Amino acid sequence: MNPHKLLHPRPEGLYCPPGDFYIDPVRPVDRALITHGHSDHARSGHGHVLATRETLDIMAIRHGENFAGASQVAKIGEMITINGVRVSFHPAGHVLGSVQIAVELDGTRIVASGDYKRVADPTCAPFELVPCDVFITEATFGLPVFRHPRPEDEIARLLKSMTQFPERSHLVGAYALGKAQRVIRLVRDAGYEDTIFIHGALARLCDYYVSQGIDLGKLSPATIDRTAKTDFSGALVVGPPSAFADRWARRFPDPVAAFASGWMRIRQRAKQRGVELPIILSDHSDWDELILTIRQTGASEVWVTHGREEALVRWCELEGIKARPLHLVGYEDEGDA
Amino acid sequence: MKRFAELLDRLLLTSSRNAKLKLMIDHFREMPDPERGLALAALTGELSFSSVKPALLRTLIMERMDAVLFTYSYDYVGDLAETVSLVWPDGGLANDRDIPLSYAVDTLHAVSRSDAPKVLVSLLDRLEPPSRFALIKLVTGGLRVGVSARLAKQALADFGNVEVHEIEELWHGLTPPYEELFAWLEGLGPKPEQAAFAPFRPVMLSTPVQDSDLSKIDPADYAAEWKWDGIRVQAVSENGVRRLYSRTGDDISATFPDLLEAMDFEGALDGELLVGTPPEHVGTFSDLQQRLNRKVVPMKTIREYPAFVRCYDLLIDGDEDVRTLPLAERRQRLERFVTTLDPARFDLSPIVDFNNWEHLERLRVAPPHPIIEGVMLKRLDFTYVAGRPKGPWFKWKRDPHTVDAVLMYAQRGHGKRSGYYSDYTFGVWKGDELVPVGKAYFGFTDEELRQIDKFIRDNTVERFGPVRSVRAEPDHGLVLEVAFEGLARSARHKSGVAMRFPRVSRLRWDKPPAEADRLEALTAMLD
Ligand SMILES: [Zn+2]
Ligand SMILES: [Zn+2]
Repeated sequence: MNPHKLLHPRPEGLYCPPGDFYIDPVRPVDRALITHGHSDHARSGHGHVLATRETLDIMAIRHGENFAGASQVAKIGEMITINGVRVSFHPAGHVLGSVQIAVELDGTRIVASGDYKRVADPTCAPFELVPCDVFITEATFGLPVFRHPRPEDEIARLLKSMTQFPERSHLVGAYALGKAQRVIRLVRDAGYEDTIFIHGALARLCDYYVSQGIDLGKLSPATIDRTAKTDFSGALVVGPPSAFADRWARRFPDPVAAFASGWMRIRQRAKQRGVELPIILSDHSDWDELILTIRQTGASEVWVTHGREEALVRWCELEGIKARPLHLVGYEDEGDA
Repeated sequence: MKRFAELLDRLLLTSSRNAKLKLMIDHFREMPDPERGLALAALTGELSFSSVKPALLRTLIMERMDAVLFTYSYDYVGDLAETVSLVWPDGGLANDRDIPLSYAVDTLHAVSRSDAPKVLVSLLDRLEPPSRFALIKLVTGGLRVGVSARLAKQALADFGNVEVHEIEELWHGLTPPYEELFAWLEGLGPKPEQAAFAPFRPVMLSTPVQDSDLSKIDPADYAAEWKWDGIRVQAVSENGVRRLYSRTGDDISATFPDLLEAMDFEGALDGELLVGTPPEHVGTFSDLQQRLNRKVVPMKTIREYPAFVRCYDLLIDGDEDVRTLPLAERRQRLERFVTTLDPARFDLSPIVDFNNWEHLERLRVAPPHPIIEGVMLKRLDFTYVAGRPKGPWFKWKRDPHTVDAVLMYAQRGHGKRSGYYSDYTFGVWKGDELVPVGKAYFGFTDEELRQIDKFIRDNTVERFGPVRSVRAEPDHGLVLEVAFEGLARSARHKSGVAMRFPRVSRLRWDKPPAEADRLEALTAMLD
């Protein structure tokens, strides 16, 4: 069948007419299938939500228990039929609970990747390759300049800076869901055992990751305790990037501003944000991962969603793969990079 | 190469001077010879290669990737070296092992011009992006990481626990990778011999006059001279070698062939480099700028802006080191010395006669020449010593220029001011938009700092890390009266001018931004 009849963009999001459901809709709809818990993909107010256990838990943490009229757990790999359309969920390797959603009807299979990465991440299940006819890919880092280095090397630079400047605090900006926990886990894997201080905005999500068996070591709120005389000298502090421009950041002595993000690959980006120690660490695919994945899915057609669509579309053309941008609106360019 | 690239990247993004020093010192400590010496040479601008032109880089990358994808990439990144370093195909070789900086330097030095592209490609194939970036910046001569040669020498001095002028005095006799220098600094070898011909002698500097200073000293003990607004230089000519040095010991001979030609003496002179025809005509600092920071100076510019030195002091007289003599004696020798030189290229900085401080003050505020920026006071019985001792030499500057400018951006301070926005970028009007003309971070009281900080927090428009842009509209914003010492043309600033030593002299809460100065007022001061 014509794949556009199976899935196509609408203002609310990606819509499946025969199944009458949306994937990651940006406006409230009756029935939503959600790939992962980042706020631009997982909005509240839908009538019915189908997502993994973890994603539903994260939505409840972020939006409250009444984030949707009803919710249903999707198990990884299980086939669910909605109005005759076969739907299955497969790990995307992006953040805890993240999936790609495969939609199949009359022998045509479309995979909507949501956000994904290929590099190993100790805080979530690894990406699973799902062969398909049409692959819908994100393109957050869809430019050949984005080539993420090895995560361990980036964490090693952070730890080295901490030994080089033992009297300064190191403030790591990291998005609250996924990136923050990954940074903490990688720092632990690198052998750092001291208490890590976290901004209040991370507390509940960190607790949730721990409850899911991801050990984050000793965490403590980055609040000033006058009796303990802690001045955060030499401390490692993790917080959402937005907090660093805030009053909150002023409590730290002569801080080294670090930011864990794929955008940090570009020096000017780091410079503009006043980042002294860029940590190039992303939960999205880099250019090499994007094109590797497109090739491996065997898809004869690629639809490109949020990010830098034009370069990826161009690459597909050069490879003889049919490609087009979907121009979905409402997803953040920088949101969860 | 990896460690070197890492050092460059950290220096590039670190603004604190102390942190930069620490990064360099650690590098000198951790890296073996010759790697650390080559890194030092790169930072001090002593490494040069038969340069690779940007066009070659473009050609090389176009052979390797789709032109459209390259254009998207370059448009996004904005810097050719960085773009190429990122999009260069991996070839799977980069992960094998790191190439030492010394290997890259040796290979590039040994190569012929025609083989250079091939060799560059083979190096790029084997490096990771940050190292590729460092390599490209090295071979294209565009290494700028916010570290001056002077700061690198300071790091060396701190590393070896010696005075920076000891390093400067030795510097011109040394060559990369400076193994004997490092051995000495680590206490593993003797101090390198002063090997250079016509070496630089570290200069003596003055301290500004403070309010109470003059009451404590006797005018009879001091000589006064005008302070000229040029650049301090040292002209050395010994055993047939002629060199012109900046105040920090940078060899600037190549920029001033006209002056070098006239250095037919034996000795070392300390003076102010100016342009014009002495003694009557002296060009402005902006005229002098035409001759500075250029590798090649067009003949026309040399003719239009002839350089000369207004001599302050004599350090070496023939083959005699006279720095240990008191100023009064050096001055007598200087006066004799200068009479033997070409008067179009060397003249004497005149002594200003005065009876008491009030008299000198009257002279100071109304100097006989616009290029005078104040007076110098020098103790007649003092020897010539390196550095900035307090007492023997004072500078007493003329009151600076002022301009009313509008606060545009503010950045968080350092150290005890780190809780406040204390570094200010200000601008003046050009048409109906504000263009930044400078940055100031002192000149206000703690109480004023708190007021400005509050204004910034209440009027933030955008945040970029530690920097905020603040409301700066014709009828809403903060006007700062900014005092500065001088003004020069600058192609690097959007406004076309660069201020010397700007500082906040008054807060003009009373003044609407619309009434702040216009750029024309500044450009008028240039001529
Ligand atoms: Zn996401
Ligand atoms: Zn996304």
